[in-house]
Amino acid sequence: MVTASMPTVERENYLNKHYGVGSWLFTTDHKRIALLYLLSITFFFFIGGFFALLIRLELLTPAGDLVQADTYNKLFTMHGMVMVFFFLVPSIPAVLGNFLVPLMIGAKDLAFPKINLLSWYLYIIGGVMMLHCMLTGGVDTGWTFYVPFSTAFSNTKVVEAGLAIFVVGFSSILTGLNFVVTIHRMRAPGMTWSRLPLFIWAHYATSIIQLLGTPVIAITLVLVAAERALHLGIFDPKLGGDPLLFQHLFWFYSHPAVYIMILPSMGIVSEIIACFSRKRIFGYSFVAFSSIAIAVFGFLVWAHHMFVAGISVYAALVFSLLSYLVAVPSAVKVFNWTATMYKGSIHYDAPMLYAFGFLGLFTVGGLTGLFLAALGIDVHVTDTYFIVAHFHYIMVGGAVMGYLGGMHFWWPKISGRLYPEGWAKLAALIVFIGFNLTFFPQFILGYIGMPRRYYQYPPEFQVLNVLSTAGATILGVGYLLPMAYFLWSMRYGKPAPDNPWNAAGLEWKTASPPPTFNFDEEPVVTWEAYNYDELNRLPVKQETPVAR
Amino acid sequence: MPDSQLTAAHNPALLHHFAEPRQQRDAASLGMWVFLGTEIMFFGGLFCTYLVYRRAYFGDWGAASKTLDVTLGATNTAVLICSSLTVVLAVWAAQTCRRKLLIGNLLATLVLGTAFLGIKGIEYKEKFEKHHVPGASFQFNNVTIPGHPDQYANPSHAEIFFALYFVMTGLHALHMIVGIGIFIWLTVMAWKGRFTPEYNTPVEMGGLYWHFVDIIWIYLFPLLYLIDRHP
Repeated sequence: MVTASMPTVERENYLNKHYGVGSWLFTTDHKRIALLYLLSITFFFFIGGFFALLIRLELLTPAGDLVQADTYNKLFTMHGMVMVFFFLVPSIPAVLGNFLVPLMIGAKDLAFPKINLLSWYLYIIGGVMMLHCMLTGGVDTGWTFYVPFSTAFSNTKVVEAGLAIFVVGFSSILTGLNFVVTIHRMRAPGMTWSRLPLFIWAHYATSIIQLLGTPVIAITLVLVAAERALHLGIFDPKLGGDPLLFQHLFWFYSHPAVYIMILPSMGIVSEIIACFSRKRIFGYSFVAFSSIAIAVFGFLVWAHHMFVAGISVYAALVFSLLSYLVAVPSAVKVFNWTATMYKGSIHYDAPMLYAFGFLGLFTVGGLTGLFLAALGIDVHVTDTYFIVAHFHYIMVGGAVMGYLGGMHFWWPKISGRLYPEGWAKLAALIVFIGFNLTFFPQFILGYIGMPRRYYQYPPEFQVLNVLSTAGATILGVGYLLPMAYFLWSMRYGKPAPDNPWNAAGLEWKTASPPPTFNFDEEPVVTWEAYNYDELNRLPVKQETPVAR
Repeated sequence: MPDSQLTAAHNPALLHHFAEPRQQRDAASLGMWVFLGTEIMFFGGLFCTYLVYRRAYFGDWGAASKTLDVTLGATNTAVLICSSLTVVLAVWAAQTCRRKLLIGNLLATLVLGTAFLGIKGIEYKEKFEKHHVPGASFQFNNVTIPGHPDQYANPSHAEIFFALYFVMTGLHALHMIVGIGIFIWLTVMAWKGRFTPEYNTPVEMGGLYWHFVDIIWIYLFPLLYLIDRHP
């Protein structure tokens, strides 16, 4: 308990240096911008979650009784758009990446602080456009915007949604640009590439995808909007346009976008597993370069989303083979994490529980991805709940688990407070159980033939759907809990020491929370990444938390 | 903003989070190149679309391309190449502290850029008059396919050509307008004497951007105007 009688000598940090709305809205401090992003993406996460809740409630019974078919179409569309473009893509890079990339490499800020702020404003502008689109009628094309439905037939706000995503895409591009330049140009003396934390490697790979992929979806959405408004014919088969071309352009970004979501999560898991196994990560350079490999291979597999769309057999064969290739670097990571834990002294703190969750769920999601890379099975389960379950295992089971693990791991650094460990472990458990209960039945549902994007289904599918809805409720509780105790800890949590986990990494060598310019004196790096062997030999320093 | 007052006292252009001017310059340079990389991907989607339909509707596109005014297009190409020269001279003038030459070349670039947009405007006007703008009033009847005097081009396929023509040249023109905005700002800064041999990164970065927009045109010109001009 913080005693009121103690003369509190506050260390100046990025949170208490300035107060007032203006000091936040016009800040160029990467740490403050990270918090702005945290608030905004959490807002959109709960909007997307609200849509998910309505979807699951509708599917509780076989009849379409809660909402009408048109409404249901809008619900899954906007659930997808909000979750993908306004939560998952920006989540880890814009929040944890923004906060940690300069700290981890020993820089005072990102290379372009004003562009960083601009990217947040672009996100907000795109977000407001999306909210406006939702409030004035929404959109029903599915998050994939498939033509010619989106260009010629849908009577909903397709152009508005497309432009919102166009704008928010530039926020993503600018974040990636900032990271690439920062990682190249702003590293502290001695912070060589081979000493970079794997979190940085993962963000570097992510940024490459953001930079090379996002512009393509931007121009594609411009073409869709132009086609819809002016009837150009580019995607209209009546005029000789090619709808498949749209799918190629769309998936050229949207498949790599999955790696935008999962790679940063993998970076977080690398940090957590090394720290809570008290071991140097096994096969550092393999894990580092597997991130780059995923980014590169990720650009060569997009047409596996189109196996039943009418692409040539030979194209399908090649894309099937290339899709298998992505499994190699992904498996390299999983094996190396497992090998890191082998004979490590494992600590079961909450971040590690999330990392365990990530390992299991990502592996299931990844292996079912191999099923889908196989042409025969893919034809059978395309557009069924099998696909829905598969990508939720990657994007929610993988990416969100990693995000939550990272939020717990670095929360003491971000807020200067410790979160309640018992509650955090409980929440991790609830999320894991709720997630599996929600999505595992969907694998079975899809395999026995329930198509996605329908608001009614035959009664024999009901038991599995009820399980899934029950799981979604548990999952919702699991997501609300961290928000509650993080907020609670900001006021009532114990003040955090600088390095509560005795972790390696530059971010733990500065104060919690860090000062505005991150380090009191410029760090010089003379050690390898994850030098846990050395850290373990040192007696654990009992840091006395500085009174606030 | 109290934060920005902490900038190093000896060099007002050096931002607080950089250790030395060279690091700041390298960061800006890399940032610009990376940004241009994203621009290539942005236009890349259009070039890809172009290739798909050029292959599919070879003859129709030849017929559509032939209606473009190659003289105006070639003039615009020459105008842009000249503007690239004035940009290079501006960068050199900034690096060697020739303020008048710098301002002169920046202004010349602005004039050439505006001339390009003017000529482009004339071409667009002509398209409107000939009903070559995609949409309800689009007309492309009784135009024969080059080399096949007995075959008429499919108007729908020609419409896709003009759609791409307008999207590609329109986006290019938008980039030109942004570039002109940047160069007006550079001219004002140069007028105020902000650029020195030590600090001229904005001129160089603006130049990189301008060259990039030029190069896009260097590809657009043959792809749109010259595809069926062989004898």
